[in-house]
Amino acid sequence: MIRDITLGQYYHAESEVHKLDPRTKVVGTFVFIIALFCVSNVWGYILAAVYLALVIKLSTVPFKYMIKGMKPILFLMMITVLFNLFLTAGEPVWSWWKLSISREGIIVACKMAVRLTFLIMGSSVMTLTTTPNSLTDGLERLLRPLKKIKVPVHEISMMMSIALRFIPILIEETDKIMKAQMARGADFESGNLIKKAKSLVPLLVPLFISAFRRANDLAMAMEARCYHGDEGRTKMKPLHYDKRDYFAYLAIWLMFAICIAFGRSLWWAWWL
Amino acid sequence: MSIIFNHVCHSYDADTQLKIDALKDVSFKIEDGEFVGLLGHTGSGKSTLVQHMNGLMKATSGEVFFDGKDIADKEYSLKELRSNVGLVFQYPEHQLFEATVFEDVCFGPKNQGLEKKEIELRAFYALKQVGLEEEYFYQSPFELSGGQKRRVAIAGVLAMKPRVLILDEPTAGLDPKGRDEILNLIKKLHDEEKITIILVSHSMDDVANYVDRIMVMNKGQLIFDDVPREVFRHVEELEGMGLAVPQVTYVMHALKNAGMDVNCDITTIPEAVDEIMSCL
Repeated sequence: MIRDITLGQYYHAESEVHKLDPRTKVVGTFVFIIALFCVSNVWGYILAAVYLALVIKLSTVPFKYMIKGMKPILFLMMITVLFNLFLTAGEPVWSWWKLSISREGIIVACKMAVRLTFLIMGSSVMTLTTTPNSLTDGLERLLRPLKKIKVPVHEISMMMSIALRFIPILIEETDKIMKAQMARGADFESGNLIKKAKSLVPLLVPLFISAFRRANDLAMAMEARCYHGDEGRTKMKPLHYDKRDYFAYLAIWLMFAICIAFGRSLWWAWWL
Repeated sequence: MSIIFNHVCHSYDADTQLKIDALKDVSFKIEDGEFVGLLGHTGSGKSTLVQHMNGLMKATSGEVFFDGKDIADKEYSLKELRSNVGLVFQYPEHQLFEATVFEDVCFGPKNQGLEKKEIELRAFYALKQVGLEEEYFYQSPFELSGGQKRRVAIAGVLAMKPRVLILDEPTAGLDPKGRDEILNLIKKLHDEEKITIILVSHSMDDVANYVDRIMVMNKGQLIFDDVPREVFRHVEELEGMGLAVPQVTYVMHALKNAGMDVNCDITTIPEAVDEIMSCL
């Protein structure tokens, strides 16, 4: 059940997207997200969809696998869509009691749903094709200029990579704890909200204890290997751009330019 | 009161490239009052198998029957099944959460919806059964030693009064003394309380001394299912699966190769002593 969460997990494969430099992927994802929020007509969304589909195809990550990872976000998305649907002012098309749906509301809600879906899929392409370690390596390198204003870039990226590294471990642990408590008759599903919240105590207490124990062990192991932070630390695999990275950058900015050029509302898109 | 597996298969991530067949066509029957050892290398599917016994996992195909009823039936109460089939996981840290040992053991019977008096009676009895001294009853379970934690975990399941008790690697990470204590405790539960025991382990020596039947899993398949003596005859096959036979059995084989006329079907130390004495 809990194994099904694929968001933020790495999917191993040998594709062109996997081989890209992490910096390219981070920048690419950001540009894609910015483009998504700039476009406002159907053409822009179609373009984004085509681009996204191509990247997913190139990454060889099964589409089904990706969809499975979206399920947990569905709830959040529903809320966003519902709020937009009911709370956008405009020409009403349907109303009942104090609720009413406007034409503008429908459009805004649809846009929101599409944007969110693409946003999550776009960023999960990045996390599915990049190992957490190289991802934080890339981020560290990208954020290096901030060191000039005393931002502890290395420490932040180290904390991030540790946090990411521990997500699958903690998920697995949660699964095991849940099973151990279910074997003792615990029920995590039925009951009202208060009962449900209470039923989480037998799950959360062992989970927190184990997280603290692991943190302690890890700190000790790092210390034992003389970890002392950023200064004088070299990389085993220094990042460097390849030919395919330049191609990728070209594709990304091209997509961005086209999205901005055609995706903004233009006179021939009057009906939106 | 038997457990029947009828051609049970289970696969993880069935619709992706990562598909793993954890169980392949497993069939067997465990009768009331048996003491079964379930052996297998890491990843052989033994943990998956035991989780099918109390409905934590569902078979991809095939049926599991408890007391003659299919546990996958919609009307079948999993809650009832789980109070009849107790499962103690490998790490006690995964289930201890209350402020005191006693309250923690009460968790199981509380979930069964019993009265307060009955809950406390059962918890007290279970803690006595596992031989935990009373001075620990109101301590935090996190301050106990590894062996004591394991006892509390077993008590937590025993308090539900299961008729079948499954223990997943109950001796992992314990010192020899703690290991013997836990195994003797399990033996006592089987002999005195007439509880059916299924002991999951990868240590041959642990299992050989206690169980009357051994099931060996390899790559999701049930390879051997027989009395220990018969199973341990297959020295080479077992070694091929990353398992071994008990130390004494190796000793007997070595003696035979050295020219002594001994019987090699020996699995426990007292038997070996008798056999060697009779040859001298």
